Amino acid sequence: MSTLSETSRTESALSTLRRGVRLSPEFRVGLAGTLGLALAATVGRVVVPVAVQQTIDHGLHAHAGPDVAFIRTAVLICAVVVAFTALCAYTMNVRLYRTSESGLAALRVKAFRHVHDLSMLTQSGERRGALVSRVTGDVDQISQFMQWGGLMFLISAGQLVVASVLMLIYSWPLALLVWVSFLPLAFALRRFQRLVSAAYITVRERVGQLLSAVSESVVGASVIRAYAAEDRTARRVDESVEHFRAAQTRAQALVALTFPSSELVAALATGGVVVAGTLLGIGGHLTAGELVAFLFLVTLFVGPMQVATEVLNDAQNAIAGWRRVLGVLDTEPDVADPGPGGVELPRGPIEVRFEDVGFAYPGGPQVLKDVTVDIAPQTRVAVVGETGSGKTTFAKLLTRLMDPSSGRVLVDGVPLDAVRFSSLRERIVMVPQDGYLFDATLADNVRYGRPAATDEELLLALTELGLGEWLDGLPRGLATPVGQRGESLSAGERQLVALARAYLADPDLLVLDEATSAVDPATEVRIQRALDGVTRGRTAIAIAHRLSTAEAADEVIVFDGGRVVQRGPHSTLVAEPGVYADLYASWAAQREA
Amino acid sequence: MPQRVEPRILRAGLGVLWVAVKAEPRIFGLSVAASGLYAVTTVGSAWVLGDVTQQVVLPAFRTGHATAGALTAGALAIIAVAFFKALGVAGRRFYAGLMQYRLQATYRRAVTRQYLRLPLAWHHQHPTGQLLSNANADVEAVWAPIAPLPMAVGVVFMLVIAAVSMLATDVWIAAVGFLIFPAVALLNVVYQRRLSPLAARAQQLRAEVSEVAHESFEGGLVVKTLGREDLETARFAERANELRDANVAVGRVRGLFDPMLEALPNLGVLAVLLIGSIRLEHGAITSGDLVHVAYLFTLLAWPIRALGWVLAEVPRSVVGWERVRGVLDATGSLPFGQASLEGPAAAALEVRDVRFGYGEGDVLHDVSFTVQPGRTTAVVGPTGSGKSTLTALLVRLVDPAAGLVLLDGVDARDVRRGGLAETAALVPQETYLFDDTVRGNVTLGAELTDEEVWEALRAAQADGFVAALPSGLDTELGERGTTLSGGQRQRLALARALVRQPRLLVLDDATSSVDPQVEARILKGLRESTASVVVVAYRRATITLADEVVYVQHGRVLDRGTHEELLDRSGGYRDLVTAYEVDSLTRGVSRTVSLNGAGNATSQRKEGAR
Repeated sequence: MSTLSETSRTESALSTLRRGVRLSPEFRVGLAGTLGLALAATVGRVVVPVAVQQTIDHGLHAHAGPDVAFIRTAVLICAVVVAFTALCAYTMNVRLYRTSESGLAALRVKAFRHVHDLSMLTQSGERRGALVSRVTGDVDQISQFMQWGGLMFLISAGQLVVASVLMLIYSWPLALLVWVSFLPLAFALRRFQRLVSAAYITVRERVGQLLSAVSESVVGASVIRAYAAEDRTARRVDESVEHFRAAQTRAQALVALTFPSSELVAALATGGVVVAGTLLGIGGHLTAGELVAFLFLVTLFVGPMQVATEVLNDAQNAIAGWRRVLGVLDTEPDVADPGPGGVELPRGPIEVRFEDVGFAYPGGPQVLKDVTVDIAPQTRVAVVGETGSGKTTFAKLLTRLMDPSSGRVLVDGVPLDAVRFSSLRERIVMVPQDGYLFDATLADNVRYGRPAATDEELLLALTELGLGEWLDGLPRGLATPVGQRGESLSAGERQLVALARAYLADPDLLVLDEATSAVDPATEVRIQRALDGVTRGRTAIAIAHRLSTAEAADEVIVFDGGRVVQRGPHSTLVAEPGVYADLYASWAAQREA
Repeated sequence: MPQRVEPRILRAGLGVLWVAVKAEPRIFGLSVAASGLYAVTTVGSAWVLGDVTQQVVLPAFRTGHATAGALTAGALAIIAVAFFKALGVAGRRFYAGLMQYRLQATYRRAVTRQYLRLPLAWHHQHPTGQLLSNANADVEAVWAPIAPLPMAVGVVFMLVIAAVSMLATDVWIAAVGFLIFPAVALLNVVYQRRLSPLAARAQQLRAEVSEVAHESFEGGLVVKTLGREDLETARFAERANELRDANVAVGRVRGLFDPMLEALPNLGVLAVLLIGSIRLEHGAITSGDLVHVAYLFTLLAWPIRALGWVLAEVPRSVVGWERVRGVLDATGSLPFGQASLEGPAAAALEVRDVRFGYGEGDVLHDVSFTVQPGRTTAVVGPTGSGKSTLTALLVRLVDPAAGLVLLDGVDARDVRRGGLAETAALVPQETYLFDDTVRGNVTLGAELTDEEVWEALRAAQADGFVAALPSGLDTELGERGTTLSGGQRQRLALARALVRQPRLLVLDDATSSVDPQVEARILKGLRESTASVVVVAYRRATITLADEVVYVQHGRVLDRGTHEELLDRSGGYRDLVTAYEVDSLTRGVSRTVSLNGAGNATSQRKEGAR
């Protein structure tokens, strides 16, 4: 399910281009100068045909016999022109690279930031790889086009125009002949390009399947061994390798067939020029030098035709990539920072109020209904309920990862959506169940909560949480590398790090969403106790399925079917018949069985 | 400064190319033959054009009339040569691609075969990303020079013919060619040599930009909840700007050399015109010869660069080859024995003095315990005490550094290939689902009936939600089963184990995300099965189902016995297992106390921390 903006996917290539350039004004810097240089550079390409023509007509076949002095002068002038146009080409290239790469780097960063600004729901609606592509592969495609395809297009177009103009000056009927020869090819190439492009789309799809099959043999290594599924995996890998090879070969065959077609057409044109040109020459309409120059000019048509399919492919990919990037930028963050006009909350104990809050996921049923709750400052609240009762949704609304569909959430009397993100994220921090860790050391990960923290402060935080002994047990202590996604640590240990990270951030309201679910009971209780001590003076809300947390809380809020059905201290709730008493009975049975 | 190609790299590169030629001699031969045709026809087309100019065009211009026959013959000769040239080009490109892709496929298969063959310990030593790029990007890099290779071979041939053709025309004009063509070739070699490290750096930075984006988006929730968007954007911008600078550096080199490579042959043609006209004046050559050589220069300017293309790919190819060989030559293996583990009854398990470590220090020390057939043993211990490692040893994902794991009295290392998987099944703590259907994930390719699959799903309490999926057993689960909840994924993994009717079942906290009531039903079912069970658990309900408990801490077995016995005599075990109860009881007290002041809560905390 993709929730990214769709509007830009149907717009024309030209308007994509226009919008793209508007979003990255860097592209326009010195554009006129660059184009001028490009035109000057292409003039260099017709120097040789002109020199050949001049040499033959005025040097060799001059009335007074070969005139070497004239040829020497002509060659010298031409050499100077060649050198000058090469210089123009160099300057143009460097300018083009510099402006396009600056524009693209800015676009990349802009899109990256925008992805983070999108709401959690929008983010999770996309495959992670797809979002990564928006700031990598898609931008690279534009970059590749700018550096090769776009440049080729510019040069080829210039080359065709300059060659045609020169041909028209020499002889318009012959120019027409060359054009008529190449015109059908130009149309055919458009068709070829569609075929080739479709073939390469298949290649790209197959490479995706190949990567996914190969990654199973690596990421699933232990399951494959535990279940002796080697043969099955090998079969799947073989299949995808073979599919990929077949697609590559097919695409290559198409290119191999279409690529030399321009050679054939060029030969037809050359043959035609020889015949028609000679006849024209006999009639006195053309000199020998002009005819030979034509033969050279025809070769200038071959290059652009040969690269045309590739340039068109490149252009198509670049436009599609650009559209996808713009699609991200077009997506309004539905949970947005109010910006500079927003409220900055002063630090201090936090008070929370839910007023008639309802919530439904887009296109889904109502998961929260009429929730009205007050949480006094400095209280410790446990939120309990069965799987799917709405307790995690409650936490997400409280931390403004999502906005309610109806009603409102207030902190210290201010509607949550009026509070600046910088202030909100500093004061309210949530620890999710799956504590994601970055591929760095343990210290780096904890320090993510407060980048300025010293090693001593990290140690103090871990000790305060009762994790000193665990840390001492790690051979490299704070310098322990946690591996990709923290996978060098056990699931429980990852949760400990995530908790320490949030704790170090020192928020006024700490929200724990089953943050210690994979930790052993003794450690969990120890952390619980530690938090009790250190969270005195702040507000703490814990979503829990282990009811030890509820027993320890000042107040328990019980969710059932998206509603708050009970609330009060554990001791009161457990004594009255209801959802909580049932939950507690089943928990106690588990615990004491 | 252009990097000097080390002779070692060049030799190694030639070695790699030789491997390719030996692997696909027929296709290589065809591609070189096509390229030869291309070479001959390229030089031939210039010769034909010069000849037509001299024999047909110029006489016609001089005399004022031409025969239709001569004109047609000239035009046909031009077209015929071009036809064969096109054939050569098509053949060269097609067979070069065919060869490249076949080699890629062969080596991708070989590399993944190694991944499947090598022991898990080897996998532990190599990061996932590296292995994925060995099979993909590195294999691609190894065979990248194959694409331009036939053309380069053809170009060498072409240069020889062109040299002969020019020498036959005139020594002085040939001298221009002998200056210009080596200069173009050399310039291109210098070009590619300078470009190649810059391009490699840009490629490397593209990978790094992608890594940062991937990690940052994957940890998006953490970034959001801590409000670290600015920090992340700065981290990304740093890499993106480095990539920008690297791309501009590539552009500078390209921008410099491309125009030079284009200008050089043009200057060559101008030199030919100058020297040619002098020679013409002396009557040493004809106008046709002049056109022929000038045209040849125009035609050769482009193909001659192919030599540089091959050389440019060589360093990358050699590095890729070393990496791929690193995988193919990896010797670590998990040797299997001949012994079979037969019998329908539950397996007996004995772990004897087992020691194990991942590198830095041991994770397990002198671990010993036994599981009698049909009995259930719980492994209990604090977070990070080595329990998951122990489960990996039981099903022989890794071998102990010392000590033995015995099944039915047979050393696990003596069991034949596949024998252990038929006997023992491990359900790991973190579920791995394949990008396949529900059925595929449960059977993993084994021949099993739908009834058997449903039976296992029922035992794992997964039949309900699977039946509700759009296509039931045939529902595609997608990328790592992201469409399912944690508890559902765990139940599928359990069904995967149960469908094999293992004689030893090893559960590593395998029901942690399952609701307690559902878990109770699963455990009840397991108790009725005939398998021996080893279960890693925290929940007391699970532990009390076990006949025996093994209590581990810091990788050592501290005590063994029934739950009651351990409660009685092991303080650490008691603290761990009764933590919630004790907490609950002391809360009752501390609640009243803490009403008197926060100071007491602090002392409570310190007590808890001990």
